[in-house]
Amino acid sequence: MRISSFFYTLKQGFKNIWSNRLFSLASIATMAACIFMFGIFFSLATNFQAMVKSAEEGVAVTAFFDEGITEDQIEVIGDKISKRAEVANYVYVSADDAWNEFKEIYFKGSEDLAEGFAEDNPLANSAHYEIYLNDVSMQDALVTYLESIDGVRKVNHSEVAANTLADFNSLISYVSIGIIMILLAVSTFLISNTVTIGISVRREEIAIMKLIGATDYFVRAPFVVEGILIGLIGSALPLALLYVLYSKVVVYIAGKFSFLSNMMNFLPVNEVFRTLVPVALILGVGIGFMGSRITIHKHLKV
Amino acid sequence: MIKLEHVSKSYSAGIPALNDINLNIEEGEFVFIVGDSGSGKSTLIKLLLKELEPTEGTITINGKDLHKIRRKQIPRYRRNVGVVFQDFRLLKDRNVYENVAFAQRVVGASNRKIKSSVPTMLSMVGLAAKYKSLPRQLSGGEQQRVAIARALVNEPKILLADEPTGNLDNNNAWEIMRLLEEINKRGTTVLVVTHNMQIVQEMNKRVIKIEQGVLVKDELPGDRNDED
Repeated sequence: MRISSFFYTLKQGFKNIWSNRLFSLASIATMAACIFMFGIFFSLATNFQAMVKSAEEGVAVTAFFDEGITEDQIEVIGDKISKRAEVANYVYVSADDAWNEFKEIYFKGSEDLAEGFAEDNPLANSAHYEIYLNDVSMQDALVTYLESIDGVRKVNHSEVAANTLADFNSLISYVSIGIIMILLAVSTFLISNTVTIGISVRREEIAIMKLIGATDYFVRAPFVVEGILIGLIGSALPLALLYVLYSKVVVYIAGKFSFLSNMMNFLPVNEVFRTLVPVALILGVGIGFMGSRITIHKHLKV
Repeated sequence: MIKLEHVSKSYSAGIPALNDINLNIEEGEFVFIVGDSGSGKSTLIKLLLKELEPTEGTITINGKDLHKIRRKQIPRYRRNVGVVFQDFRLLKDRNVYENVAFAQRVVGASNRKIKSSVPTMLSMVGLAAKYKSLPRQLSGGEQQRVAIARALVNEPKILLADEPTGNLDNNNAWEIMRLLEEINKRGTTVLVVTHNMQIVQEMNKRVIKIEQGVLVKDELPGDRNDED
């Protein structure tokens, strides 16, 4: 393709948008509405997933040691645990640490009562590892492994918490995929319809081009440029709006409903948009490109 | 240059629009194709443009069998055949210059080439001063001249004109016919489909008459009797 033809095509794409202002506006509005819905849903889903993730990080498996175990043996067990893929991190809690924590909770205000146990730690056998997981659905496998290690006396874990979080996580994934598919189907249908209207208005123009010897590529290119531009504008506008709204809504909720901010932490706007911006732009441009390319294909048989 | 051998074309209803047409047009000829509405004249033009495929027979243009031209090669073929329509078919949102330049852009001509050949072509059709006008700002005759300039800017060997004077008054019709004659004198083979028998008679060119899809008369200049 000659450089002059390339720039001509680009110019025609821009000109088409302007000369078919009403159609372009309808397409951009349709695209913007779909991407806006997608953006809202994406922000919600990302926040939910982050919350579940942070809840998962709080779920720990506790591994207690056999009586009389040496420090070297404890270290060997720690090494084995650290090599497991599902382990995010683990913390060693000595018997003294455990007693101090216990005192802190149950003897607060009457520390002198606890002094009676100063020489004889009642939790002498409670040294343990607290193990945090990457993925709570792997908890059962880890528990089985821990129970098989020599020197481990007992493994404590909460099956209910792990199962609930794992189920909730997969529920969010399924709902996300379902809603994204519906939004994609609806937006492709709407864009295809608006492009069809735009092209049928210009059917005569396409026929003239074909009769004077234009190749399919030459006829199609400005329409595709137009589709891409519509996709780009139609996704950039709702992204900008969502950026402002998201920041404001998070601040508003944190200020107005402080009980909510105690329960959950919203992700910072930049963290959500780091993924949302490229995904939405690719979606918008992709739908614009495919919508115009597929639709014009039907009108090229002259 | 243009050769039709036993060409027939039937549409879905089964009635032939053209029936066993045999025709030979030499390079540099000026030929009128006449006949009533629905006689098959426009079908003939569409066959020559490869908009339609004949049901039977062979069409050869410049020694090339049209049937053997594949879909991808049609644009290249059409660039060698200029075409003018009754309703001008100009791009309404583009000015005179851009309408003519468009035919050159289609063939991938450079900007330099476009800048030199479009004004030349517009001068030839007498519209150099109106290069900035939009089609709606021109008279019917002027619009048809733009269409002729567009058809000729790529220097095709053949010019097909389908009722080029059908939407024009008598004066404008004559202007267009004189322009076509001028183009023919420069070496382009010209085929004009028309209803206008007065023009046909006065111009004294080869006349091919089609009636109900059948070629009923092929008359060379000088063959004509007064009662025709």
